[in-house]
Amino acid sequence: MKAQVKAQVKAQGTANAQRQFDPVAGHPTPQVAFADVTLDLGGKTIIENLSLGVQPAEFLCIVGASGCGKTTALRLAAGLYQPTRGKVTFDGQPMREPRREIAIVFQDYGKALLPWRTAAGNVSLALEAGGMPAAERPARIEELLRTVGLPGHAGKYPAEMSGGMQQRLQIARCLAQEPKTLLMDEPFGALDAMTRQGLQDEVLSLVAASGVTVIFVTHDLDEAIYLGDRVIGLLPHPGRIGIELPVNLPRPRDQLSTREHPEFLRLRRQLFDFIKATEQ
Amino acid sequence: MSDNTAKNTAKHTAKALVLPVALLVAFEVWARATHLQSDSLAAPSDVVRALAEAFADFSILIATRDTLFSAFTGLAIGSIIGLALGIAFGLSNTLNRLMEVTVEAIRPIPSIALLPIALIALGFGYRMEIVIVAFACVWPILILSRAAVRSIEPRLMEVSRALRLPAAQRVWKIIIPAALPRIFVAFRLSAGIALIVAVTVEIAINPIGLGAGIMLAQQALRADLMLAYLVWIGVIGYALNIVLVVAQRRLFGRAALSGDSA
Ligand SMILES: Nc1ncnc2c1ncn2[C@@H]1O[C@H](COP(=O)(O)OP(=O)(O)O)[C@@H](O)[C@H]1O
Ligand SMILES: [Mg+2]
Repeated sequence: MKAQVKAQVKAQGTANAQRQFDPVAGHPTPQVAFADVTLDLGGKTIIENLSLGVQPAEFLCIVGASGCGKTTALRLAAGLYQPTRGKVTFDGQPMREPRREIAIVFQDYGKALLPWRTAAGNVSLALEAGGMPAAERPARIEELLRTVGLPGHAGKYPAEMSGGMQQRLQIARCLAQEPKTLLMDEPFGALDAMTRQGLQDEVLSLVAASGVTVIFVTHDLDEAIYLGDRVIGLLPHPGRIGIELPVNLPRPRDQLSTREHPEFLRLRRQLFDFIKATEQ
Repeated sequence: MSDNTAKNTAKHTAKALVLPVALLVAFEVWARATHLQSDSLAAPSDVVRALAEAFADFSILIATRDTLFSAFTGLAIGSIIGLALGIAFGLSNTLNRLMEVTVEAIRPIPSIALLPIALIALGFGYRMEIVIVAFACVWPILILSRAAVRSIEPRLMEVSRALRLPAAQRVWKIIIPAALPRIFVAFRLSAGIALIVAVTVEIAINPIGLGAGIMLAQQALRADLMLAYLVWIGVIGYALNIVLVVAQRRLFGRAALSGDSA
């Protein structure tokens, strides 16, 4: 069933080429892997013995109550934090620092964009960091802004854009990195419901087109099921995995029919019960 | 709306000018009435005449050039050193802790106390004055740019790490622009200091510039010329500040706004 989900992504081509197979175990090696990861911050254990593998082109969603360590887990995956114990690997190599193949979309887009640069300038930053010659940048910037639905806004400053547009811009900057893995931290949490649903569908088609691996953090259970191939629920204090659910819903997903699917409702119920239990 | 505020500002300025103008007129009347003869005071009209003469024979223009050259060169050198150190100390806690005692030990030394050493090492002229001005300018820039770098939104630093921005680009494209509005405030402060220190060095010992002009007028018992220099230095300081304030508004209107909302 998983293969069915993958097949659609594979059809786009790139994902297949990136896939590596572990000759011993006979199944694909994970692109991002946590091996018994523990992280202490400020004398407190924030994440404890987290083990997790994310397959190439998989869409993994992480849910959990506020403060349970979702953002921290994502920072570990990004290489922004180093584990106290255990190991985080990317394509089998230990993560000692951030890598260009991993892009992170921060929750607070207002703080993650450069206020003194226009939309084009913000996207350009990622291209400059990658050493792209100045002459090639404008065309690529225009293409990226079009991809995220911001054509014609190249000259605007972040302060002149709505929340939804700013988050699109941050996504464009991340895509400019041409990442293999995209980390997203409650990217739509601050947006209204309509903008949110629109962006969910855009991210899904973007991901399907590029074959990128996604780890998507949200506290919205419906969003997690709607988007994910798999949903993981974290338990708080310290953060660890409490539940893991494969999402066997057909793709492409649809805002109406997917959300009415019996499997969707069953998963929703299961996750809801889990979260309710963690809050007691 | 803005028309109204403009009118109000004009009214306000006019009001603020009433008292000084009245005082000047009163002083002029008093000086004329008493036929003032003094080594330290002169009637405003005599001061204006002395100033006009100093312009006519270019002496005050040459002095202004010398003072501003020393002040600005010292300011530029001091700013670059202060900025480089401020950014380095702001970014590296280790470096900051290593250097903190040294900085705190050197910083309180009044720049003018370096005069004797600078004089022996460099002699009279621009170089000695520039070094002393630069020394005076380093500290405010260092302290304020260090604070500015520390208060940069941490998310921006994470973005630059996640993008794997090379160190030089990180400084040039993230840190300096993000800290620039506050660094510019430090620069304004230092520009004022530079002018004060330059003139002080000239009054104390260096035979160039506006400070030396004042001393010459004093020795010639020309109170009118001395005060003319004084007024002119005031005008320069005032103009310098206005130029920098306008530049600050022009440059950082947007950055300051978005900085507030972030
Ligand atoms: N730098 C830090 N130092 C100490 N504690 C931290 C730090 N960052 C996060 N925490 C704590 O770790 C826990 C998990 O935080 P976070 O990962 O942001 O949670 P979530 O994203 O799930 O809301 C919280 O209790 C938070 O207070
Ligand atoms: Mg969070």
